[in-house]
Amino acid sequence: MATTTMRRTPAGRRATGAPAPGVGARSPYPYWFYLPAAVIYGLLFIVPTLTAFYFSLTRWTIFDAQFIGLDNYVTFFREPALVSGLTHTLVYAVVTSGAKVVLGMLLALLLTSRIVGRGYLRSVVFFPVLVSTIGVGLTFTVLMNPDQGLINDALAVTGIDGPAWLTDPRYALLSVALVDVWKGVGLATVIFIAGIVSIPREYFEAAKVDGAGAWDTFRRIVLPLSRPATVTVILLSLIGGLRSFDLIWAMTRGGPGFTSDVIASVIYKQYQAGFYGLSTAGNVVLFLVVTAIVVPLSRLLNRKEVDL
Amino acid sequence: MSAVPAPGPRRKPRPNYLLSAVAFLASLVVFVVPFVFVALTAVKDRRQAADLDFSWPHRFRLVQNFVEVIRARDYLLIIAYINSTVLTVASVTLMTVLAAMVAYVLQRRRGRWNGLVDFLVLAGLIIPPAVVPTIWVLQRLGLFRRMPGLILVEVAFGLAFCVLLFRAFIATIPRELDEAAVLDGAGPARLFFRVILPLLRPVIVTVVLVQSVFVYNDFVNPLYFLPGEQNATVQLTLYNFNSQFSTQYNLLFMDILLITIPPLIMFLAFNRQIVAGMTAGAVKG
Repeated sequence: MATTTMRRTPAGRRATGAPAPGVGARSPYPYWFYLPAAVIYGLLFIVPTLTAFYFSLTRWTIFDAQFIGLDNYVTFFREPALVSGLTHTLVYAVVTSGAKVVLGMLLALLLTSRIVGRGYLRSVVFFPVLVSTIGVGLTFTVLMNPDQGLINDALAVTGIDGPAWLTDPRYALLSVALVDVWKGVGLATVIFIAGIVSIPREYFEAAKVDGAGAWDTFRRIVLPLSRPATVTVILLSLIGGLRSFDLIWAMTRGGPGFTSDVIASVIYKQYQAGFYGLSTAGNVVLFLVVTAIVVPLSRLLNRKEVDL
Repeated sequence: MSAVPAPGPRRKPRPNYLLSAVAFLASLVVFVVPFVFVALTAVKDRRQAADLDFSWPHRFRLVQNFVEVIRARDYLLIIAYINSTVLTVASVTLMTVLAAMVAYVLQRRRGRWNGLVDFLVLAGLIIPPAVVPTIWVLQRLGLFRRMPGLILVEVAFGLAFCVLLFRAFIATIPRELDEAAVLDGAGPARLFFRVILPLLRPVIVTVVLVQSVFVYNDFVNPLYFLPGEQNATVQLTLYNFNSQFSTQYNLLFMDILLITIPPLIMFLAFNRQIVAGMTAGAVKG
């Protein structure tokens, strides 16, 4: 890596004391390069994130905030419609993330195997990643129409009586999750492909010489050696799933009833209704959920990688 | 996939034709049909579009539907395209340059700020932004409901990912280059903008492409931070039209089609770089 010239590092560190040659002791890597980014990031990301903790404890009209202690959180956890948003968020994130890992890995194996038309297949699987989420959501809302939709028409041909998808309270959340997987599996697939392609050929050849079958090769070589890719896919899709809003909003707006509401849609609804304090409490809850899941998980997954 | 001429006896096994055929058919049904459905419905007349089925249009109304969508709500779609273009170009340019500067110093200089900056980059990738407090800050700065405000918000939320991509790439540029430039009397700004930045071209292309797709497709931030009919970005027209065109599926799908065209062009032209960017950033993440 870039450790060829270690000289510069101590020189930079002792910049204030050491009598460096030249005019003054200025590093060629000045800290003011951080400044413009730091100002924007600080004002529009860090300040809101920190002040959210205070504002979530207030009754808030944007212009003045009245401290009311934990009332917003009490409301949040007492209201069944809001609490269900929390469980839906977890279900949605776990389902989409799990499906993307499994399907992404299968597709990646398929697309690195000896088949014709790999380029076409990769493109077609990946393209939905780049398409507008709202556009995908509206399209699938039509495709999933219970009576006229293309999906149930197709299922009817094969004799299956398709569910009501988005209008059935039991399936609404999972139907949206299905579309999320359709749209997002391409990203998981290309990450897995990158992981598989980076495995040295010799391993596969050695396995072949040893008489390993396809399953053994997958289990003993592909799976352990593409672990960084797997960790990435899990973490990325979990973060995305926990925060997800636009697809759900485009397809069900949290309905029918509150059966597909997630924290992010609760935040928006409370914001629209003018309950800024409550909305911000939702934001803090989301922040805590995401960090409580993602940070330990990434520690765990990355540590195991070192152990191997 | 290295081009090493391995003189093996079975260097190229026969492709699996059966599996290929199955995969091809499945890809048609699962991934191609939805897009064809969008295109077909977009050119149908209103009555046929209302059937919601997968059929050939009786009458092609490509031009009429196109004109009708464009003219809807006083040419809102044109305004939205302008808004989206301004938003995407300005925010992506800004975040690319600022992130490159951060990543450069972060990678080159080991000092007391490294830990903090690393932490903040990671935080930016994970933490969901707090919505209403951001509106509060924008309001205080006089930027709420204004395009510059939204541009800065996109920059703030996009920086972390860009820094990650740049940093990995800058590590591959030899430091001797910096030293040579310094010996030639280049100051920090000149060293960075004249020597380093041009070398970053491959990763700049990737960052710009990936972030352009993100910002162009962004729905949530314009929804919150730039409300108002005249401020709509293309994603929001889709959302607004949905209520207006709920009985005119042909027009709704024409809108979807038009909005899908820019990413499609990007994809056809730069497929490789986009995939590289998304996987490179991801493998580090």
